[in-house]
Amino acid sequence: MIHFDNVSKIYSDNTAALDNISLRIEPNEFISIVGQSGAGKTSLIKMILGEEKPTFGAVYFEETDIHALKKSDLNDYRRRIGTVFQDFRLLAHKNVYENIAFAMEAAGRSEEEIAVDVPHVLELVDLSNKLWNFPHQLSGGEKQRVAIARAIVNQPDIIIADEPTGNLDPINTHEIIQILKKINDLGTTVVLTTHNKGVIDSLGRRVVTMENGRVIRDDKSGKYIL
Amino acid sequence: MIWIKIKRVIKTGLKSFARNGSVSVASTLVMTVTLSVITALIFVGALLQSTLQDIKEKVDINVYLENTTTEDQAQSLQKAVKARPEVAEVTYTSAEQALVAFRERHAGNPLIVDALDEVGGNPLEASLNIRANDPSQYQAISDFIAVQNESGENIKGIVKKISYIENKDAIDTLSRIIDSSQRLGFIVALFFIVISILITFNTVRLAIYTSKDEIAVMRLVGASARYIKGPFVIVGILYGLISAIITLVLFYPITYSLGNLTYNLGTGLNVFTYYLTNFMQITAIVVGAGLIFGMISSYMAVRKYIKL
Repeated sequence: MIHFDNVSKIYSDNTAALDNISLRIEPNEFISIVGQSGAGKTSLIKMILGEEKPTFGAVYFEETDIHALKKSDLNDYRRRIGTVFQDFRLLAHKNVYENIAFAMEAAGRSEEEIAVDVPHVLELVDLSNKLWNFPHQLSGGEKQRVAIARAIVNQPDIIIADEPTGNLDPINTHEIIQILKKINDLGTTVVLTTHNKGVIDSLGRRVVTMENGRVIRDDKSGKYIL
Repeated sequence: MIWIKIKRVIKTGLKSFARNGSVSVASTLVMTVTLSVITALIFVGALLQSTLQDIKEKVDINVYLENTTTEDQAQSLQKAVKARPEVAEVTYTSAEQALVAFRERHAGNPLIVDALDEVGGNPLEASLNIRANDPSQYQAISDFIAVQNESGENIKGIVKKISYIENKDAIDTLSRIIDSSQRLGFIVALFFIVISILITFNTVRLAIYTSKDEIAVMRLVGASARYIKGPFVIVGILYGLISAIITLVLFYPITYSLGNLTYNLGTGLNVFTYYLTNFMQITAIVVGAGLIFGMISSYMAVRKYIKL
């Protein structure tokens, strides 16, 4: 589904964020990317999102070179990816309903679809009672569940979760991971980056370990080893 | 589809304006100051124009005719002068009319009246009073009359004296002052307008800066650049429209209280009357400027934060 073909990213000060990465992410996989801060996890994710361009190599989504896409095609491509971040990145001036509706509007969905799908997806993340709350009225765990609802509402092919549990307590962490697992069970590919050893060990899925911009380990059902 | 998008953009813009209360109020107030400066400059311009027009109208030249000139000759010259494009008005005063006017003017002064009676007859000449469209044109008019006096058919030698030649320096100085005042007025107006526009641009940019992260998120969920820009442009239009209305309302009491003062200062213009008679044009300028500033500054600011 996603293929990194000898990808390197070198910044202007000559530091290499990614060093000759080759990696395949298969459909319906739940893949965790682990590594210390600065190992290159975030750069890897930015490459998938088309936020950064590789200095060498190419990143393919199915058969398409992501970084050769035109702007309008890039928008279409991004609508096939759902993103969840450590800092939630909700729209502060929109309430829960509008935050999720915005992603649907951006994808050109009708008002009727929005009116049906938003409450439905909020039910999936167990937030039906917070429809009209604004982000500042929610707890960290609730914000992250809104972010996940937004990420899945357009039924993306892949969910990218960049340290989604970084700001959460253990109970919320567990709940968020359960939701991600459920999404994966329903057929969506999940790419997770995390520092959390407990999360990785409990998942028992594929683990890619990064260090200094390289992939140093790729285990089918790995543990968190650094 | 396109209508749904437009509807969503407008709705989102209106909501965003209402929800960002303090930022909206601050931006609207700054833009009100900008539009007030522009409106004030319209009035200052009108006052300057009216004052200068008043002064210009006070400048004229007299062409005194020889006593031997017939009424026909005088009218021929008047016709020839009037045909010139730079001439605004020519009035003929016969020697008799000049005498009557002179007597009326000095009716309270027996010494002059007695002296006039002593001289007997009519010592005054017939004359043409000429007003040009612009004081700088008197030289050309004066030259034209001199040529007519030398070689004009039927009117040769009828001119005794042209007052321009005596008042030349004063008229020249005056037309230079008028010219420079207009140019200075324009430069000062331009300066203030540019500064106000820059302030407005920066305010709107700061307002949008606070939404920088939101723009990045919108980009990430796959919203198109146009769909992101739209609501910000709507908010900019609202800033412009509301500040235009505030400005127009504010200038009603301001011009009302200054109306008599500006008139009595000798400008020949009551700003309140000017405001009422030119209300449609002023509204068009203020609303138009507000909309354009709001739209363009929002558009430019948000464009800066929409990156890939």
